[in-house]
Amino acid sequence: MDDKYTIFALGDSAATIELSKVIDESLNNKVLAMQKWFEQKQFTGLKDVIIGYSSLTVLFDPFQVCITYSNTGSAYDWIQKKLELAYQEASANCTVDKKINHIPVCYDKEFGVDLDYISRAKDLSVAAIIELHMSTMYRVYMLGFLPGFAYMGELPPRLIVPRKENPIPVSEGSVGIASNQTGIYPLSSPGGWQIIGRTPVKLFDAKTSYPTKLKAGDEVKFYEISREEFLAWKED
Amino acid sequence: MSLTIIKAGILDTIQDLGRYGYGSSGINPGGAMDRYAARVANILVGNIAEEAVIEIHFPGLQILFEQNALVAITGADFGPVFNDQPVCLWQPVLIRRNTILQFLHWKQGVRCYLAVHGGFALNKWLNSYSTNLKAGAGGWNGRRLERGDSLNFGESSIYYAGLLAPGIDVKPLPWKAAIQGIYDKPNEVAFVTGNEWEILDAASKYTLLNEPYVIQSLSDRMGYHLKGTSLQVTDRRELLSSGVSFGTLQLLPNGQLIALMADHQTTGGYPRVAHIISAHLPKIAQLRPGDAIRFVMTDLAHAERLNCMQQQELKIMTRACNCNLNNMIC
Repeated sequence: MDDKYTIFALGDSAATIELSKVIDESLNNKVLAMQKWFEQKQFTGLKDVIIGYSSLTVLFDPFQVCITYSNTGSAYDWIQKKLELAYQEASANCTVDKKINHIPVCYDKEFGVDLDYISRAKDLSVAAIIELHMSTMYRVYMLGFLPGFAYMGELPPRLIVPRKENPIPVSEGSVGIASNQTGIYPLSSPGGWQIIGRTPVKLFDAKTSYPTKLKAGDEVKFYEISREEFLAWKED
Repeated sequence: MSLTIIKAGILDTIQDLGRYGYGSSGINPGGAMDRYAARVANILVGNIAEEAVIEIHFPGLQILFEQNALVAITGADFGPVFNDQPVCLWQPVLIRRNTILQFLHWKQGVRCYLAVHGGFALNKWLNSYSTNLKAGAGGWNGRRLERGDSLNFGESSIYYAGLLAPGIDVKPLPWKAAIQGIYDKPNEVAFVTGNEWEILDAASKYTLLNEPYVIQSLSDRMGYHLKGTSLQVTDRRELLSSGVSFGTLQLLPNGQLIALMADHQTTGGYPRVAHIISAHLPKIAQLRPGDAIRFVMTDLAHAERLNCMQQQELKIMTRACNCNLNNMIC
């Protein structure tokens, strides 16, 4: 892997290290390793770390960082050095603890409201769409957009569809696809992804101590359940 | 119960300075839109800056205080009155139980903050009191305050409100926060260029710095939709989703801008053309639909300097307020 990245500020209180402009599993592993590196260091003034496909963003309090660490009077200078250090020291090869999740989906047209559109657009039967969606073990690259919304990839190429021009209301649990990614809406929300089914599993539950079910680096495989099983579903 | 909402406002929520540490779970930080006003409200009543406050929009709620309290109201001016007595913003006030707080008329700004000494007896969700309306969690049961909601004040070892003289129900204390130009030149907002600044064509860069951008009515706590001359790019390549922050200016496909505000999502894929400096976020939080913004460009060093100055002034203010409060009870 080339030693290549760019670091840039997002204003005075955030900065990003970008490894690439493309989605790549090994780069994403590197991003996860860097996130762990920051987690272990617990710097004063560091507020949060946001995993992207191929980037890591740190949110910080520039005043705290400046008075605690900076020699140059600039918080960004110090943050930039730390991002470079994280890149050098965080190994993409160290085991990032990941979970394999099997997620049930009811692909009934009542829930998969865009199945017909995809069928026409890709010249695939609905059964073929479902088979293709279930055929892959997906990787969770990052969470964003909503609490617990996991961006998972990559879809089999035959399923690649554009997102909708305009978002429409999407029900909680809806399973969607867009571009070469698949995702599940943990909450009802306006959404632009093409909806192919729904899961009875909660991807986000504020009442639990780990409110989000999926995290970056996890693997996900979907399996089909019937409408009756969906309606009767009870969480362990 | 310490206070009860006797009439709901249009949008009143419990907030603090945001929920951090969960960004990689897609849990956005939220928090007060005008963090400066929220902090000063807490400072004035002897709380830590991170204590819970009530963020109030106009038309505001009506509150019956069922216990004596030391309170402060900061931020927007909605004509606050305790019973019939108008009070100044940015000033601590002792009030007696059975006092009603109302907001009589809009004068300026968009959101004000009510802090009470001792804060509110609430459970944090993921380390913060901020209300995440989308997730339905945090703050007061994850929702806006409604009529009939009753809150308790947090515990405090100091009972300032016991200092009310008999016969006096509303007693402003004799000091005010000097807000030192935080809200001066309210329409002039400085930014630092973003990673995608360079994809704007030359005419668009000029436009952004010379023409007004008007806040649209669609704007809310998630973001301000800005209307102005459409901006053009030289590179239409799609970006991968990555982290964004409060104050990020995103360029939408239609050439318009959105300024990400307190309830922004953790990540985004639109070009980040610029980032509003932290020192100017409080004043933009008090601009409303119809107000025009005139952007000016600055550099990171200046942005950091202004932020540091603000933080240092808040430290001084904290010491001064605590000193005054201590003198009252000694």
